This record gives sequence, structure tokens and C-alpha cells, in this order.
Amino acid sequence: MDAILLQIMNGLDKGGAYALIALGLTLVFGTLGVVNFAHGALFMLGAFVAVTLNKLLSLSVRVKDESVTMFDAYKETPYLELWFGDVGSQVINWSVPLSILIAIPLMLLIGVVMERGLIRHFYRRSHAEQILVTFGLAIVLQEILKLMFGANPIPQSTPDVISGSADLSMIFGIGETISYPWWRLIYLLFSLIVIGLVFSFLHFTTYGMVVRAGMADRETVELLGINIEKRFTIVFGIAAIVAGLAGVMYTPILPPDYHMGMEFLVISFVVVVVGGMGSLPGAVAAGFLLGLLHSFASMTAVKDIFPGIDQIIIYLVAVVILLTRPRGLLGRRGVMES
Amino acid sequence: MSKSKDSMKVTRRSVLAGTAATTGALMFGGVAPLHFIRNAHAQEFPGDPGNNSSIVLGFNVPQTGPYSDEGADELRAYELAVKHLNGEGDGGMLNTMQPSELQGNGILGKKVEYVTGDTQTKSDAARSSARRMIERDNVAMVTGGSSSGVAIAVQSLCQEMGVIFMAGLTHSNDTTGKDKRRYGFRHFFNAYMSGQALAPILEDEYGNDRKAYHLTADYTWGWTQEESIRDATENIGWETVETVKTPVGAGDFSQYLTPVQDSDADVLILNHYGNDMVNSLTQAVQFGMKERVANGKDFAIVVPLYSRLMAQGAGEAAKGILGTSNWHWSLQDEGSQAFVKSFGQEYGFPPSQAAHTCYVQTLLYANACEMAGTFAPWEVIRSLEGFEFDGMGNGPTLYRAEDHQCFKDVLVVRGKANPESEFDILEVVQQVPRSQVEYPADKWGGELGPYKPGE
Repeated sequence: MDAILLQIMNGLDKGGAYALIALGLTLVFGTLGVVNFAHGALFMLGAFVAVTLNKLLSLSVRVKDESVTMFDAYKETPYLELWFGDVGSQVINWSVPLSILIAIPLMLLIGVVMERGLIRHFYRRSHAEQILVTFGLAIVLQEILKLMFGANPIPQSTPDVISGSADLSMIFGIGETISYPWWRLIYLLFSLIVIGLVFSFLHFTTYGMVVRAGMADRETVELLGINIEKRFTIVFGIAAIVAGLAGVMYTPILPPDYHMGMEFLVISFVVVVVGGMGSLPGAVAAGFLLGLLHSFASMTAVKDIFPGIDQIIIYLVAVVILLTRPRGLLGRRGVMES
Repeated sequence: MSKSKDSMKVTRRSVLAGTAATTGALMFGGVAPLHFIRNAHAQEFPGDPGNNSSIVLGFNVPQTGPYSDEGADELRAYELAVKHLNGEGDGGMLNTMQPSELQGNGILGKKVEYVTGDTQTKSDAARSSARRMIERDNVAMVTGGSSSGVAIAVQSLCQEMGVIFMAGLTHSNDTTGKDKRRYGFRHFFNAYMSGQALAPILEDEYGNDRKAYHLTADYTWGWTQEESIRDATENIGWETVETVKTPVGAGDFSQYLTPVQDSDADVLILNHYGNDMVNSLTQAVQFGMKERVANGKDFAIVVPLYSRLMAQGAGEAAKGILGTSNWHWSLQDEGSQAFVKSFGQEYGFPPSQAAHTCYVQTLLYANACEMAGTFAPWEVIRSLEGFEFDGMGNGPTLYRAEDHQCFKDVLVVRGKANPESEFDILEVVQQVPRSQVEYPADKWGGELGPYKPGE
């Protein structure tokens, strides 16, 4: 029972990350009809917003370390600590949550610039060309970050007060001690909130309603005199924010490196395809479903019967679902079909 | 009009096809073959400098991928070794190595030059990089490491091509066990030695009634380390509850860590290295395993192969964790001190164990050439085989002729609770004598092969 509960929690927090990235991908699919291979790069850019903020906050003075006698070594004391003492070190300690505030406007800007500056020129080009250009963009962004930050992962820490783990048995009122890291619980909650916000925006605001109308029938909406293109640009920006925030919050779980976007991109495409193309609820449902399956496939009991299943389960499920339900779990007839 | 509209229509099939094609291209993107061969004049052996005034060495290290931190430090050490061999700087271990024929005038009077390559911690990339060094850059020796899978792949390529491979950081038993090669030499210790050195200390620390859970990197090094640590801990009475293989570069290990809590294990053994180890250890600590109590005992985490670079990456998480190391900069012998001093002056921080083994390997190769009086690999191999030396950090050391494995003292280390400086991360718990970690040369089978390729 404990084992199952743990794997469910684990699957949900993995699924949260998959769902967030897939949600943005689907939004862009649905509105602009572009398969955005640079979407993983947006996730990575978000993570590096956190890295950059942390680096800026911890800018330091170098003082010679007298305890090292064999060579010249230096101790670094951040300016913030020198100027503001404990408050300064607390600010540095909270750099990841603080990055969210910066990531929102920054990712919106990056998204809009990316759409207006590059992707818009490819709407009327063939699909293969769209894939090539966004994929190329992803590689360029990746290499720029590699140049700036190096190839190695850069660990980010969680704020001290939530760096430990929660006792799940207390929360659920069951048997033995089962601990689960606070940050992962926060990540799950955070992803649910972001997903909720995106859905509320699309369903409960006039702006969102027009966007949905545009997704269903672009021509009619344009005939009504609405500049749907402008709204779709904003949607692209929102997709960038969602991917970026997913990246920011993921940094304490996995130290970011220049390659993290590509790793998530492949899985996210599978999530989108399994969920049904163009279906936002499908993307979210498939994200959590694949997260859970991945988690359960890594259990020793399962691996004993099917060795190596943990590494192929996601792709295996994608194959099975496409064979039995070619439109994905929640895909509707006529969406993205000629 | 309708035509252009059709062409921009997104169909599910075209998206799927495009996604599959691009992913495929991403996964299987290979390296173009190289056909450029410099110095195409008749050579007696590959890397023969002929009348050139210099000799070229090939430093093939991971500059990207999960072991790139170690790779960067290896490269620093190689560059320092080249300086010292060419008579620049303070000479480092050239002054402490015993016996030594090195004079600081290059190797056999030829200036040492080098080329570098990126193994990307992948066997195929490492092999093509090594092949390029041999065919295009005419290197006399290839060296580098940080992954046993890569080391074994490059070692066998070097055997085929008749160029000596001085392994850098590689810890799998197979490198000088079942996959040993005449042209491959390893100064670094191996998983078996780690197990033999570590077990008695684990017994002192945690008693002999313990249940161990292994997470193991799924490639040659992980497998042999798991086997060696398992054997050694079972000999002191521990029970092995579970062994789980994890993919290299998995990043998030949480799905493998959660089942540990549900097992009745009270020790977690992480057979991971590099970034994998930093991630799995940090995540294990996030999951509360340091504070955990299981079977009425404090839960323990063990990292059988440790390095300072890793401990630095893992930060707080590494404190109090036991493991082994080939070498550590705080050793007080003359050779270690000389090396730490020159490395520290050059780069401003102490060298890692990977840097140490690579530096030593380069000097040992150079010295063997001097002893042989030629660069002809079969003669250099004979000088290295059975060579006994001292003054390079771990006490008297033997390059065993039968399997090309070095035998020397092994360090058991622990993550320091109260570090005095940012480099003071590990403390040496014990320098385990060489006699305690020795084993017969035929323990894992394998054949060295001929002195001359094709013989």
C-alpha cells in the first residue's frame, strides 16, 4: 500500500512537468497550427532564468582563504550578505521562487519575440519547414546557453525551510513513516494551479473565449472583424510562460543544463500525441497518465517481470494507443486532419 | 489560393512523420568518416614521429555529458604534465618519481605536443575521436577516461590500431579484467579494490547485521561495482535486499528512490558516478533518507566510488557519507604535495583524483619511452610491464605485467561534517594497504593479446 502511494505521488509530480510542457505545445498547435520544436528550449530558458537570478543575487567579493596554504584559494562572500546580513542570505536562499516573478514577463517577451520575429514567417510554409526552423532555433538557443553557462548542470537549492521532506503517513493517516520531499509536493500543487489558471483563462474570460472560437474556426472569427492573429501571438506568449515556469520550478529537482529542453521535448510530443492533438484536456490527462505509468514501470516488482520496461514504457503506450485510438485519448474527429 | 492553403494544412500524419523523422535524425546523428591522414610517409609504427622534433599525445576526455566535470580536470592535469615534461613550471612529480629517467627535455629529446578530443561520455564518439587522433594527428599515445564503457571501447580500438592507451579514470573490474588488452594500462584502482577496502570500515561503522539496497548505473562499471561491493558486504554478514539498474543520465532518480522506503533495507548503496551520483545522492537526501530510521537503526547511504568534485556538486548531501577514492589532495607524501602545489599554483584549486591519475599516467608513459629508448609501442609496453615505482602519491606501486593493473594503497574517505575551506570536503578515514586489496591476475579471465597487432 505504501509502495503504491509513493509511486502515485511520484507519478503525479513527474506528470505535472510533462503536462505543463505538453499544455503549451498543444496551445501553440491549436492556435497557430505550428509544431513548435523550440518548445523544449522555452522550458530550458525558464530554468536558466532561475540560474541567472541566483548567479546575480550571489555576486560575491573574493577574499583570500588563509586556511589553504598550498596555493592561493579564495572564499566568496555574496554582496547581499555583506550589505543586508541574514536578510541578504535569505533572499539568495529563496532565489528559485523569486525567479517566478521575473520569469513571467521575461518568458512572455521571449515568446512574443520568437513568434513575431521568426515563427510567423513560416505559417504559410510546409510543415517540414516549420519543424526544421523551430528545431534549428532550439539548437541555436541551446548552444548559446552552453556558451554562456558551460556544459555542466548547475544545481539550484530549495529554500531551507522546505528543503526537507514531508511525512505522508501523517497527511494520509496511514501506517509507517513515508517521507516525500516538500519541493516535489509543491511542484505538483504548482502545476495544478498553472493548469487551472490556463483553463480558467480560456473558459471564463472573453479573451479566452475568442481564442477558443479562433481555434475552432479562424475564418469566421476574422470575418467578425477580430484581429485573431494578435490574440494568437499572446497565446504563444502564454505557452512560453507556462513552459518557462515549469522550467524554473524544476531546477531544484534536476540541476539544469543546456540539454534539458531536448530531453523533455521528446516525451512531451509523445504526451501530446497520446492525449490527442489539439486537445488541451487530453494533453493534461496524458501528462499525468504517462507520469504515473513511468513511475510504476520503475518498481522493482514490475522490472523483475519485464526487465528494462521503465525505459520504454512511455513509447510502448504511445504505440498501443495510436494503434487502438489513432486520434489519441481525447482527440476529436476532424482536428488536424485533412 | 486553394493550393497554398492545402500545403499549409497541418495533418496528424504529417506531424507524426515529421516528429519521428526529426527525432530519428537527432538520435542517430553520426560523425562523418575522416579520410585525412597527415604524415603519410612510411612509418614503422603508428605515431612514429620519425625525424620530427616533436611527439604528439592524444588527450581524449569527456568535455560534455555526465562526466564532463572530471573530464575538464583531467585535461588540466594533462596540460600540466606536458609542461613539466617539456621542462616548464616547477617540475611537479618529475622531482619525486622514483625511479625516473625523465629530465624535463620532452620525451627522448622530442618536445611534447598534444591534441584533445571530446568523448561526450559515449563509446562511439570516443572511438571516432581516438581514431581521428591516430589517423589524422599521428598521436603516439591516447589517454583519457571517466567512463569505463568508453575506456574499454577505446582500449580495444587502440589495440587494433597498435597505439598505447593509458586509461584515465576507469573503475570497472573489466578494464584490466575480462576486457584487458596488451595496449591498455590502468593506474586507477577498480571496483574490487573499493569493496575490499571499504567492507571492514563499513562493518566497524554500521555493524554486520544490515540490509543493503543497491541502485546501479546500467553499464559495465556499475555492474562490476555492484558485484564487488555486494560480495564484500555479504562477506561481513550484510544481506542484499534488492539491486536495481538505473539508466545512465537518468536525471531524476525519484522513481527508483521511492521503492527503497517500502523495502526493509537500512542501507542504500549508490553505484553511480559523476552527475548521476550528484543527482541520486541529492535526491535521496531530499527524500529524507539521512534522517530515516529502519529496522531500529539509523539509515545509511554509501557511495563506494567517491570523488571530491562529486562531493562538491552534492554539497550538504555528501556530509558523513562513506566511500573510497584513488587519491586525495590532502595526502602528505612528497609526491602528492609536489603535484598539489604545482596544480594549485597553475589553476587556483586542488586537483581531483581523476586529474592525479591522468597526470601520473602521462609521466609513466613518458618514462617508459625513455627506458625503452624508442617510441615503438611494443618496446614501451615491455618497459611498463612489471614496472615498480614510488613518489607518485599512493606509496610503492606495481604495474602488474599480467593484467596491466596498478597495485597501490586505497583510500577510504568520508564527506567532512565541518569543512574548513571550500575544497576541504572529504576526509581520509584510512589508507588501506595494498596487500589488503590484491587479487590473482586471472580472477576475471581475459587475454592481453599480442605485442604487435596481427601477430
